[in-house]
Amino acid sequence: MEKYWHSVTLEPDYCNGCTHCLDGCPTEAIRIINGKAKIIDERCIDCGECLKVCPFHAKGALSDGLEELKKYKYNVALPAISLYGQFPVTFDLNKVLNTFIHLGFDDVYDVGYAAEILSEYQKETIKDKDNQNTLHISTYCPAITRLIQIRYPSLIDNIVKLESPMEVAARLARKNAIEKTNLKSEEIGIFYISQCPAKITSAKVPIGIEKSFVDGSLAIDKLYSKILKLYDEIEPDRNLLKSSSKGYNWGRVGGQSFSMGIDNYIAVDGIDEVIRVLDEIELGKLSKLNFFEGYACVGGCVGGPLNVENAFIAKNRIRKLSQLAKESNNIDLDDYQKEILEWNKEIIPSDVMKLDNNFSEALKKLAEIERVFQKLPKINCGACGAPTCHAFAEDIVKGITTIEECVVLKSKMKGGNNESC
Amino acid sequence: MNNLITEENKIIIKYNVEMDDFSKVGEASSKIKKILRQLNIDNKVIRRVAIAAYEAEVNVAIHSFGGFIEVVVIENEISIKVKDNGPGIEDTELAMEKGYSTASKKAIELGFGAGMGLPNMRRCSDVFEIESKFGEYTELNMKFELC
Repeated sequence: MEKYWHSVTLEPDYCNGCTHCLDGCPTEAIRIINGKAKIIDERCIDCGECLKVCPFHAKGALSDGLEELKKYKYNVALPAISLYGQFPVTFDLNKVLNTFIHLGFDDVYDVGYAAEILSEYQKETIKDKDNQNTLHISTYCPAITRLIQIRYPSLIDNIVKLESPMEVAARLARKNAIEKTNLKSEEIGIFYISQCPAKITSAKVPIGIEKSFVDGSLAIDKLYSKILKLYDEIEPDRNLLKSSSKGYNWGRVGGQSFSMGIDNYIAVDGIDEVIRVLDEIELGKLSKLNFFEGYACVGGCVGGPLNVENAFIAKNRIRKLSQLAKESNNIDLDDYQKEILEWNKEIIPSDVMKLDNNFSEALKKLAEIERVFQKLPKINCGACGAPTCHAFAEDIVKGITTIEECVVLKSKMKGGNNESC
Repeated sequence: MNNLITEENKIIIKYNVEMDDFSKVGEASSKIKKILRQLNIDNKVIRRVAIAAYEAEVNVAIHSFGGFIEVVVIENEISIKVKDNGPGIEDTELAMEKGYSTASKKAIELGFGAGMGLPNMRRCSDVFEIESKFGEYTELNMKFELC
């Protein structure tokens, strides 16, 4: 497996080298080089902020097409919970799930059901005596988990090391499929129908486990019109919808805490707000809280960039769906092995921020960065291709760029020359 | 105003903290945190230093007429010196007690002044010293070992 693989990608033909994406990137992972944006792999957390702000649609999310299904003898679709918010509440969601059978899948597993299992298990984990006085950080949003790896490594111990509903659904769906068909595991294709690039990335290069049980991911926005057309044509002949109120709620911010029935929590959406709150958590200011759920996207997963519907409308629909649905499926945790619900691999802090392994070398570089930074205009115009003057100074010292790229300094120097003429 | 001075095998970061200026509280600790990350210092130590620096920033802003925070990093140790321009603490032993506070109404409304600042700084640091001349100044010296 490659060390870095990102769903977030750049279409150079569309990029005109503007600085929109530079500004919005929470890990300073973008540089404009020779007029085109470039993503620094080790820094990208696949949050999709650049995708959302790019006025030229030059940023995209790599996903699979339906032709991938041909690789397997039996295929199961796992639609993201936020898919339920993409249709008016008057829609028959069981019929929506049945359209996947007509798209070529053999079965559909309701991710909302897996979310409900996790609601129960996570609640037990948090209420555990040894854990009561700790602030637990949800890993549901993979972009936030990666943000913590890069910017808040001291909070890694606070992370609840549980699988995502997608992964639990994939494991249960694969088990069901093997029992039903007697096929080998590698003959079965499990596909996530994704709301965001971060999920697509975590199915390919997961955190916390060695290998994902998801074989590929399709983007909701690429299937949406096909689903709508099929919806008018088909009769739903299978019972695929299993979500209860608890499952639906995972589609929106605050939904996890709601589904667990806990009170002492904070739910934060939007990457900038999440950063502000994580800063406070790192300073120990929110130590009396028991649970933190943070989402890179506004609204939670309904705000994912691969959804079709406006996040606020979708969020409202999820709320209504959860009110109309049955309260729960009365999950018995004894039916599920701990191994399918928990992570088994350590989360390694990222060290992309360090300047050097050697203290005195790092110190020298730091001094050099400061010296260069003092010369710069400090207006963070982005014309050099770096998001801020400070990041530019760091890049110069790292040897990635040269001070000549600063257009402000250049024009000042030109002005100076003219005067002297 | 802040200053970053690097000498041979040593870095000094100095921050001025103004009286009652809550809007800037947190800036020094977050800058210090970033620099320590760049120097590849252990994450747990960074967190303790950041908390101590933050509490110091809050304290100077709330209780003093203004002052400064100076962080010195050498290969095996980080030290923080905090000094203000008064009014000084009458009874430093009492001030060190958990929950003891003389914070203004304004500070408490903003969520500060719970009387945990000094105890927190002592808890986070490996060496903690406080010295105060009533009517003149308060000076804190903290040390954090690096291995």
